[in-house]
Amino acid sequence: MSAPRVVPARHWGQWLTAVLLVAFVACLAIAVAGSKNIQWGVIPGYMLDPTILDGIRLTLLFTVLAMAISIVAGVVLAVMRLASNPILSGFSSLYIWFFRGTPLLVQIIFWFNIQLFIPSIQLGAFRIETNSLISAFTAALLALSLNEAAYVAEIVRSGLLAVEHGQKEAAAALGYTPYQAMSRIILPQALRVIVPPIGNQTISMLKTTSLVSVVAAQDLLTRAQNIYARNFLVIELLTVASIWYLAMTTVASIGQSAIERRLGRSTTREPPAWMRAVRRLADAIGRKA
Amino acid sequence: MNMDPDPAVPIVQIIDVHKSFGLLEVLRGIDLTVARGEVVCVLGPSGSGKSTLLRCINHLEQVTSGRVFVDGKLVGYRERNGRLYELGASDLAQQRREIGMVFQRFNLFPHLNVLANIAQAPQLVRKETHEAAHRRARELLDLVGLSDKIEAYPHQLSGGQQQRVAIARALAMQPKLMLFDEPTSALDPELVGEVLAVMRRLAAGGMTMIVVTHEIGFAREVADRVVFMDGGVVVEEGPPAEIFDRPRHERTRSFLKRLL
Repeated sequence: MSAPRVVPARHWGQWLTAVLLVAFVACLAIAVAGSKNIQWGVIPGYMLDPTILDGIRLTLLFTVLAMAISIVAGVVLAVMRLASNPILSGFSSLYIWFFRGTPLLVQIIFWFNIQLFIPSIQLGAFRIETNSLISAFTAALLALSLNEAAYVAEIVRSGLLAVEHGQKEAAAALGYTPYQAMSRIILPQALRVIVPPIGNQTISMLKTTSLVSVVAAQDLLTRAQNIYARNFLVIELLTVASIWYLAMTTVASIGQSAIERRLGRSTTREPPAWMRAVRRLADAIGRKA
Repeated sequence: MNMDPDPAVPIVQIIDVHKSFGLLEVLRGIDLTVARGEVVCVLGPSGSGKSTLLRCINHLEQVTSGRVFVDGKLVGYRERNGRLYELGASDLAQQRREIGMVFQRFNLFPHLNVLANIAQAPQLVRKETHEAAHRRARELLDLVGLSDKIEAYPHQLSGGQQQRVAIARALAMQPKLMLFDEPTSALDPELVGEVLAVMRRLAAGGMTMIVVTHEIGFAREVADRVVFMDGGVVVEEGPPAEIFDRPRHERTRSFLKRLL
């Protein structure tokens, strides 16, 4: 007698939902593609428009600078937050509370209008108009960095707290100074906890930079808006910008998973088989060379 | 500056040390002297303060009152005008590198491989060259019988192997004194022997060791002196034969009875 065939349970409800979903998406696609009001044909032409490319350069610059500044500031804030001195930890808490608790959009507009509040800065005989110091670019960068620093500080703090207390003690017992223990023992281990959320923040920052268009900081969205202000191709240019944002976030996600794999090396029990194969191949090539 | 040690000066001198955590007084006046090359085992029920005492010797815990001297130098403080001023971070680090410590939970650095675990501190703290530090790390791995694990990461090792690497890591700093805080308590029973074997070899080599342990067999065989603590005081101390075979105090007797 042969064993009876196993038939997995059929989920009819799920299949029905799937069919309805496909029908809905198809109708939507036909409606959008067939619209006489949108000139899909112009989109490829604007993809590599010099103005748009310039905007992308600025969006990337904002993202890289804002993340770099906020990571440095965030590490300092996190270490301060964990310090025994109540004024240091209090300052850090207050900073995080304030910058996380107010909208980024408000902060951007605030920095752009700072000259209403502080018209000029005077250092001895040297005097400078705030207006000439704080351009749309610096206002936008300040707002993005100071705001992001608050989030990074909390991420770094959770990473530092995730490292076992015994690690600090072992380093201290070996004669490491607190700075050496932090930079060589604690932070490298905290990175495993810190990097994935920082990666998410970076990806999010790529899109958040579009908020600086309210002060016309010449990022990708500002440029797209400038163009459609002249030719009224609003949806077309927003589509161009969206395609670029998607492309940038996709590349960033790929980079993030590569970094995470690298960081996980010493603690994952066993690297995946394909990676071991690649490493063996690399070793073999290395020996031959 | 590298003066020969004066053999007359004890390596460790603990004078009337008290330690409280909040309202709980864990150490209530400890006096203990350890001579150069001596192996001292500290025994006692859990909560007796033996680990705290050990951690006061390298200032991982601050004493509440009293003094600890290592090699004639006051640990953790500078005495001036009848006050004890706590040392700054770099002076403390300077003192601690003379004192090796092995922890119950090994505390190896999980992001570094075995070789780097051992060689990093000599390079970073003692400013040894890469070559010198790595050569010595290899010698020490040979000593603890783990030459084949140089490239391994801590999580790939058994508990016993991790603890042997931890011993090598402490030895790499060429300490004058080794502190062991229950080095075999976190190990599976079948792995205890390999760690004790390394410690036995170390003792035979003349290393000064203070060992907080529950291993009566090891204490009996290796210790020059056994210190029995209970309730934050030293109840009695003496050669192992005396403490184990003819304990004078009732507390020592009942502790040993429970252990055996």
